Amino acid sequence: MGKLFAVTIIVIAIASAVPVVMHTWDAPADISTHGHLIDEQMSETMVEAGISFLAAQLLLALFVWRFSGDRPNAKVKTFPGGAKGLVIAAVLLVGAEVMALGVFGVKAWADVYLTPPAADSMPIQVQAGQFAFYFRYPGLDRKFGQIHPELINEGTQNLFGLDPEHDPDSRDDVVTAEMAIPINKEIHLLMHAKDVGHSFFVRELRVHQDFVPGLDVSLHFTATKVGRYEIVCTQLCGLGHYTMKAYLDVLSQADFDDWMKKQQAAQ
Amino acid sequence: MSETSSAPAAAHHGPPTTFISKHVFSLDHKVIGKQYYALALVAALSGMVLSWLMRIHLGWTNAAIPGLQLITKSGAPGGVMTPEYYLQLMTMHGTIMVFFVLTTAPFAAFGNFFLPIQVGAEDMPFPRFNMMSFWVTFLAFVVLMSSFFLGDGPTLGGWTQYAPLNAVGSAGGPGQGLGVVLWAASIALFCIGQLLGSLNFITTTLDLRVKGMSLMRLPLSAWAWFITSCMGLTAFSVLLPACILVILDHVAGTSFFVASGLVINDQVLPHSGGSTLLWQHLFWFFGHPEVYIAIVPGLGIVSHVLITNMRKPMLSQRVLIYCMGALAVLSYMVYGHHMFVSGMNPVSALAFSFPTLVITIPATIVVLIWVFSLYGSRLRINSASLFALGFISMFVTGGVSGFFLAQPSIDIMLHATYFVVGHFHMVMGVAAMFGIFAGTYFWFPKMSGRMMNETLGRIHFWLSFVGAYCIFMPFHYLGMVGNIRRYSTFVDDFLKPLIPVHQWITIAALITGAAQLIFLYNLIHSRFWGKPAPDNPWEATSLEWSTATPPPWDNFGGKHPVVYHDPFQYGVQSSVGDYVMQASPEQVKTEHDEQ
Repeated sequence: MGKLFAVTIIVIAIASAVPVVMHTWDAPADISTHGHLIDEQMSETMVEAGISFLAAQLLLALFVWRFSGDRPNAKVKTFPGGAKGLVIAAVLLVGAEVMALGVFGVKAWADVYLTPPAADSMPIQVQAGQFAFYFRYPGLDRKFGQIHPELINEGTQNLFGLDPEHDPDSRDDVVTAEMAIPINKEIHLLMHAKDVGHSFFVRELRVHQDFVPGLDVSLHFTATKVGRYEIVCTQLCGLGHYTMKAYLDVLSQADFDDWMKKQQAAQ
Repeated sequence: MSETSSAPAAAHHGPPTTFISKHVFSLDHKVIGKQYYALALVAALSGMVLSWLMRIHLGWTNAAIPGLQLITKSGAPGGVMTPEYYLQLMTMHGTIMVFFVLTTAPFAAFGNFFLPIQVGAEDMPFPRFNMMSFWVTFLAFVVLMSSFFLGDGPTLGGWTQYAPLNAVGSAGGPGQGLGVVLWAASIALFCIGQLLGSLNFITTTLDLRVKGMSLMRLPLSAWAWFITSCMGLTAFSVLLPACILVILDHVAGTSFFVASGLVINDQVLPHSGGSTLLWQHLFWFFGHPEVYIAIVPGLGIVSHVLITNMRKPMLSQRVLIYCMGALAVLSYMVYGHHMFVSGMNPVSALAFSFPTLVITIPATIVVLIWVFSLYGSRLRINSASLFALGFISMFVTGGVSGFFLAQPSIDIMLHATYFVVGHFHMVMGVAAMFGIFAGTYFWFPKMSGRMMNETLGRIHFWLSFVGAYCIFMPFHYLGMVGNIRRYSTFVDDFLKPLIPVHQWITIAALITGAAQLIFLYNLIHSRFWGKPAPDNPWEATSLEWSTATPPPWDNFGGKHPVVYHDPFQYGVQSSVGDYVMQASPEQVKTEHDEQ
């Protein structure tokens, strides 16, 4: 029975590793300027975690195979080197692994979160509410009108609670249900929650950030490949959580300009 | 046991005289332990049935589940589950499993039954608090389950109950009014129960050890319960006020967790000044230690079971104890890794990431000690040792996936995906359950006086072990592709192609779940018709095996054992075999050099 256990965990360990080695379940290709750092970090971690996983399972199998079963006359033995050697090995090997992953990981994180957006980045506001995203572009004045919660009304399509009568900044704001951005242009995304917690996740962009009701947060990114991508909510926000999505269109600058003109005309 | 010592300072109570005082409102820690086990069993079955329903819905969204409409008309018209009912079942599954199974069974059930006996005490210092601990926990379970039948059902906000969805009331969706209040009341009661229990565990360990039982002579299972109770005392005392504040936001018009200017259904909510992230900090300050509250008892139980079946001690008991202590301390310093993309200061993500990576070191040492202790052993294979070995395999698998989630940059891709679900199910779900099973097969004879059926135990192991990998490894793959968790249906373009994987997982979950019925049958059948158990069927050494099976109400029949040996003296030559019991004065020669 011990030998069967040993064989079983070897089979499970190898079967578990095969899809990873074959890249059967990889994330979609990165379309951002910062995403390669995340992907590299992921690959390095996969190698280190994979080796640890296989080594531990194989050692477990080896020792169970070798030392289980009916061995009435065998004397018990202690592993040469004892616990001290294992502790030193764990501290040195895992410690080095931890330091390496920790230090290199800082670079990828800092690139997204610890650097300010460029001065000429394009501001776009995204508002999340049960169960839709809405986007707002500031218009030619590059200023967003103020949000007045008491004026928010889906019936009149005043989705951001704007007050164009008294607030000139809001008059040229462009509100859309889909997000379009120009390629190779840094976007400064300003995130506002209307009601409860939500999240903004675009797999291809390597961007994932929660909305915090009562606290506007922001992040910045640059898309490098034209295409249509899904924006999904990953923070449980109510019964329609699974339906909360929008599309991100990454366009050439010319196409984006055309798109923006159409949106402005439709306001 | 050839010598007795004077009784340590313990709260003495006489033998029970009535049915009620013996079986219901019992002061006996052993009865309370069994009551906790029974509660965990009922909770585990409930949670498992909920997971079956959820998995069927995820695999075949529009499938009618026969009979479901009889339980809930609005939640499953015609037997087809609604999205909100899925979320309600998911919330209840998580809450039931984390609190009422993974906390109660390995810690409160086994710890209650065996900690006092393992230290040589008659009972715990505060038996009335102990009794209250169970009944408050039982009440907590009743309150939680009552939400199925009251108002518009249980809360749908997940076991983490993030703010402000947990505090905006019915406007937030079905179950977000009364359902949340009942959830928070239940968890607050649960916290009180565990605080009372932890207080007893700590004082039992520190004050009631018999003569000769130094701290280093405590078995590893006793150390694990002691360390867990220290975590419980600090973690549950933070969750308790957090739950009270949620209730106040609902019933007293306060705004602890709801910020100003939030709008639902075009109405501005009547709250102002609350903090969304405050809940997350309070919850995870409890929540991450809770992961270790669920798993550390398993580390102790598995060590105890393995040593007994290896017929040799671990390479170092002392190192294992230090590592469990390190895991407990670090568990408070890592909680922010649940919040990397929550909107908290991104610099603090790095501060939380480092200790999360560092916690890998004591966890690795524990695994290495286990694995290399197998070297040169005479490993006996039985249901208990198989589940203990399976625990190691699961703990490794769940542990290495933690490497990914410890890093904020990778968390950008994996946060809130099935990778996270796979990770925590593997390490604190399946591994902890394997610890419970190992403990059950090992200690059932002492608890009930009867042996469990070994063949059924092995069948249970193989189906559970292979089944758990079939279920939870694909979770990791789904997460790597970006499959979001907590979706009742997969309607996004990139998620639709993944539905066949979910169908595979559902089939595996149904089979693996059915295998647990074998365990249930074995447990109940053996309890009444199993072969009578001898006092020490496994040739084990710790004090619980020195007394009668099952132990008398005062544990040692009016005597107080004296401890002469370290807890795990195996691989020796004694008059009884290759072991010497802790309470035996016999001097023995060791076959090996202990480190």
